[in-house]
Amino acid sequence: MELNRLTIHELSDLLKEGKTTSVEITESVLKRIEAADERVNAYITVTKERALEMAESADRDIREGKTGGLTGIPVAVKDNMCTEGVTTTCGSHMLENFVPPYDATVVRKLKEAGAVVTGKTNLDEFAMGSSTETSYYGITRNPWDLERVPGGSSGGSAAAVASDECIAALGSDTGGSIRQPAAHCGTVGMKPTYGRVSRYGLVAFASSLDQIGPITKDVEDCAIMMNAIAGYDANEATSVPEQVSDYRDFVSRDIEGWTVGIPKEYFIDGIDPEVLSSVNNAIKTMEACGATCREISLPHTEYCVAIYYIIAPSEASSNLARYDGVRYGFRQKGEEDLLDMYKATRSAGFGAEVKRRIMIGTYALSSGYYDAYYKKASQVRMLLRNDFDEAFKTCDIILTPTTPTPAFTIGEKMDDPLRMYLSDIFTLSTNLAGVPGIAVPCGYTEKGLPLGVQFMASHFEEGKLIQAASAFERNAGFTKRRPEL
Amino acid sequence: MAHLARLNFSEGEKETYTSQLNEILMYMDILNKIDTSDVAPMTHAISLINAFRDDVNGESLGTDRSLANAPEEAGDCFKVPRVID
Repeated sequence: MELNRLTIHELSDLLKEGKTTSVEITESVLKRIEAADERVNAYITVTKERALEMAESADRDIREGKTGGLTGIPVAVKDNMCTEGVTTTCGSHMLENFVPPYDATVVRKLKEAGAVVTGKTNLDEFAMGSSTETSYYGITRNPWDLERVPGGSSGGSAAAVASDECIAALGSDTGGSIRQPAAHCGTVGMKPTYGRVSRYGLVAFASSLDQIGPITKDVEDCAIMMNAIAGYDANEATSVPEQVSDYRDFVSRDIEGWTVGIPKEYFIDGIDPEVLSSVNNAIKTMEACGATCREISLPHTEYCVAIYYIIAPSEASSNLARYDGVRYGFRQKGEEDLLDMYKATRSAGFGAEVKRRIMIGTYALSSGYYDAYYKKASQVRMLLRNDFDEAFKTCDIILTPTTPTPAFTIGEKMDDPLRMYLSDIFTLSTNLAGVPGIAVPCGYTEKGLPLGVQFMASHFEEGKLIQAASAFERNAGFTKRRPEL
Repeated sequence: MAHLARLNFSEGEKETYTSQLNEILMYMDILNKIDTSDVAPMTHAISLINAFRDDVNGESLGTDRSLANAPEEAGDCFKVPRVID
């Protein structure tokens, strides 16, 4: 049996029954990484020795009856979350040698739940991108078709889960960076409500949008990961002190009598016909589950891309000001003046897309343009949030496509930033409104590429998302495939 | 603008960036279709007020660990190029 192919809940059962050990599971994952990662490039750093030590310690815990929700399970972490003693590069030359002195809260929580951390996964530089092509450490390829992108920015995490190079992974999502790659790689990905999961130790990109969440092989695993990472953290000022449910309780419930909103603005011209037909099938599945699907309107949808690509770069330009070559990270040598050193360091340390976004943000925040761009975008963002508040008065969840097309080919959008930005068109709104969203596999194209449907719920209703996604998963009626790799 | 962002660009980069940024900023103009004169800007994704904690000393990193990632250091300080002539 190839243990690395199983889910968290399957492996946890085997561990409990004494039928396998964490060391065996971890070794099968590490073997798979050795065999496949040369082609996929999902990982920037594999922490083999540490992983085996953690697995041995997990096996001791199991023998002593001390188990948490993830005991003995190999989990990968996106390389923008701090790991004490393990390089955290953010996909950038700027942080090539950065070794954090502490663990991000989510990493600490994974360890407390007993997880085995296998390593750090690839991402678009500073999580800015939709294809994992802008990493300083090379592109990640889609396990379903190595000529295509895995999506981004958490492309390494999604590709690692899809290729069984880990059992589950953490990603971060600022405008779709968990859900879009999850959909392109045939995995489940959730962006929780803003404030639900602590970002302490996450390298900041756009602070009013960033959220950490899981990428997993099925919905039950998503619930298990959420149980491990959700909750209040005093180290994070935007962390919300609200009660967290046991998300696993929502897994087997039905959705009889629910109302599912289908926002007409998400069914635009230019959406791929195979995506459209898979989403229409998903609507039928939800109806077969006893839910009523009805058309709703989110009237400000068409402005999402414009709002997002003002707010996110503005916040990024401010957050990335800290990379000045003084306290940590890369420094360009040979400059004799401080200001010249800053400029030389930043120009050599950042890649093209990061610099583009810093420039957009600097412009949008500069005196004289602030009102026209940043303030205007924040006002329209309020209208967008109101759309969601109105919509959730009439429906339990919202169903949309996750992406307008299946995974695109490597290089296809690299020269056209605006076209790249438009690939996030269905995922940006949840970040802007702060609501949670989940991408769930909903079928395959004729060429065998996976597709994903997205569900959204109101603030702090992750349980509802798990419930809907799980009901959908049980009843979707297509056979799950694996990438041939 | 590059100076404000503390970045240098070559002539070639300047050309590419100028045309790409123009295209992107022109796209942003669609926001002007909406009247927002009565709308308060959204500053938080959720309604949080203030996050206070008790004013007590916590653990801190200490000098050695704070300096561990520094590109250059001198004694207990981060070392930078000359600031004043």
